[in-house]
Amino acid sequence: MHTKTIAELSKLLATGEVSSEELTRAYLERIKKHQPALNAFITVTEDEALEAAKQADVLRRNGEAGALTGIPVAQKDIFCTAGVKTSCGSKMLDNFIAPYDATVIERMKRAGTVMLGKTNMDEFAMGSSNETSYYGAVKNPWDVTKVPGGSSGGSSAAMAARLAAGTTGTDTGGSIRQPAALTNLTGFKPTYGRVSRYGMIAFASSLDQAGTITATAEDAAMLLNVMAGFDERDSTSVNEPVPDYTATLNADIEGLKIGVPKEFFDEGLDDAVAQRVREALKVYESMGAKIVDVSLPNLGLSVPTYYVVAPAECSSNLSRFDGVRFGYRCENPVSLEDLYKRSRGEGFGAEVKRRIMTGTYVLSAGYYDAYYLKAQKTRELIKEDFCRAFESVDVLMGPTTPTPAFGIGEKTDDPITMYLNDIYVNGANLAGVPGMSIPMGFVDGLPVGLQIIGNYFAEAKMLNVAHRYQRETDWHTKLPKGFE
Amino acid sequence: MALTPDDVKSIAHLARLEIREADISAYADSLSRILDFVKQLEAADCEGVAPMAHPLDQTLRLRADEVSETDQRELYQQNAPQVDAGLYLVPKVIE
Repeated sequence: MHTKTIAELSKLLATGEVSSEELTRAYLERIKKHQPALNAFITVTEDEALEAAKQADVLRRNGEAGALTGIPVAQKDIFCTAGVKTSCGSKMLDNFIAPYDATVIERMKRAGTVMLGKTNMDEFAMGSSNETSYYGAVKNPWDVTKVPGGSSGGSSAAMAARLAAGTTGTDTGGSIRQPAALTNLTGFKPTYGRVSRYGMIAFASSLDQAGTITATAEDAAMLLNVMAGFDERDSTSVNEPVPDYTATLNADIEGLKIGVPKEFFDEGLDDAVAQRVREALKVYESMGAKIVDVSLPNLGLSVPTYYVVAPAECSSNLSRFDGVRFGYRCENPVSLEDLYKRSRGEGFGAEVKRRIMTGTYVLSAGYYDAYYLKAQKTRELIKEDFCRAFESVDVLMGPTTPTPAFGIGEKTDDPITMYLNDIYVNGANLAGVPGMSIPMGFVDGLPVGLQIIGNYFAEAKMLNVAHRYQRETDWHTKLPKGFE
Repeated sequence: MALTPDDVKSIAHLARLEIREADISAYADSLSRILDFVKQLEAADCEGVAPMAHPLDQTLRLRADEVSETDQRELYQQNAPQVDAGLYLVPKVIE
């Protein structure tokens, strides 16, 4: 049963071949069995899940069920969940019980999904390997000596091992697409502002966007149908109508113009990954798509721009953690300043402190213009590159990551090496455009992802383009050994 | 751009972060590397480019000045380290 997609499970629930309670129990069993080896969850909400599943079954019997009623999902621990610990992967929030639901959680509950638990993540979503979590590294089900990507690494590991039917993630600089690529999954980051940020613990507010990590594009479309939409409680939420993303999945892509940015193939890209991309493009050509060479001349500026903008916003956002109103407080503070400094010094991990200090520096008097203001301008250049490309093509395609999953501990010594792993994914966040990653094959037995980037609000087109590929190929159906 | 241990201490103070003495040099090293790395932005020609504050050029919405939230102090204070009579307690600030 666990190998079924959300779309398939939805049909089985509808015909009564399986109940939500049965499904939920089956996933909870799998979590129990595999959690010790993978560390994919921070909290498993067994009692609440069974309760929600029983309610879903009642709704179904009463004829009040929707497409997602009774579907068991796992939520990234960055989303506030009323009455349930919401840690954001940090010691700072180890004792935090969220007093309310994030809009994403509220909408998914209303749609009848069953939350199995909260997934592990890099601390405050700062990381590309899930090694910065206070709760320990997450293991990649494809090879437990490798990272599952980050920061949504708990969601990608849980989904890859099929410990849930679907999972959520957040993507500030690639944190949905990169882990999806490294675990053979479909990761979807919508347009900035498409999904509400209310109740999603803030890292870099002008970049943060919630999305999905699922087995297929069709499943992503089903979840996005309920997650997306205007929310007055998020000041940057976009008030645009939400189409039914499942309605256009099968649309013909004959004549689709696919732009391939030449900068994606510069040095640093693994030859075998480049080869997989070329093979995927061939599949698209065979479906009638046209490949067009394009250029994103300022792509090289995206990682340095990101590492000014994101830390600057994080240093401001994380000032709320002060040991006063919620979260960790140090023992026996002797003064208010001592309380602030030790609560923050002891409550945050090394990478979070590094980013807060980077952000504090680039925003400080005397350096603001040279770093922060300059990065806001290079960010504009990066955005203009994307806008120019979308004047002549429908979508952009390239690799999601330069290499397959790297080893746990392999890149922890040098922050720059770690940051450069996100070279192909940072750009979409800086421009605010939607991006996704889909399985496109394997390199040395490890999965790699094809990135699809669309124009603003082109989610339906991208899901259509991804779904058509998944009809032609079976990469997305491959499961890691021991989890079939 | 090499940050000194004193630079790190002053940045940490601005950010209200206690950094253990033993960790200062490691932070000086990694922060220097990050600042060196982002320094390549200097070379980018941004003549006449307006700084970007928001990807969709949105401005903040206004709403009617009406009460939208109810008082939930007791619920919220369940997460507080120390409260008394509805107040958050901190070490004495004024002698």
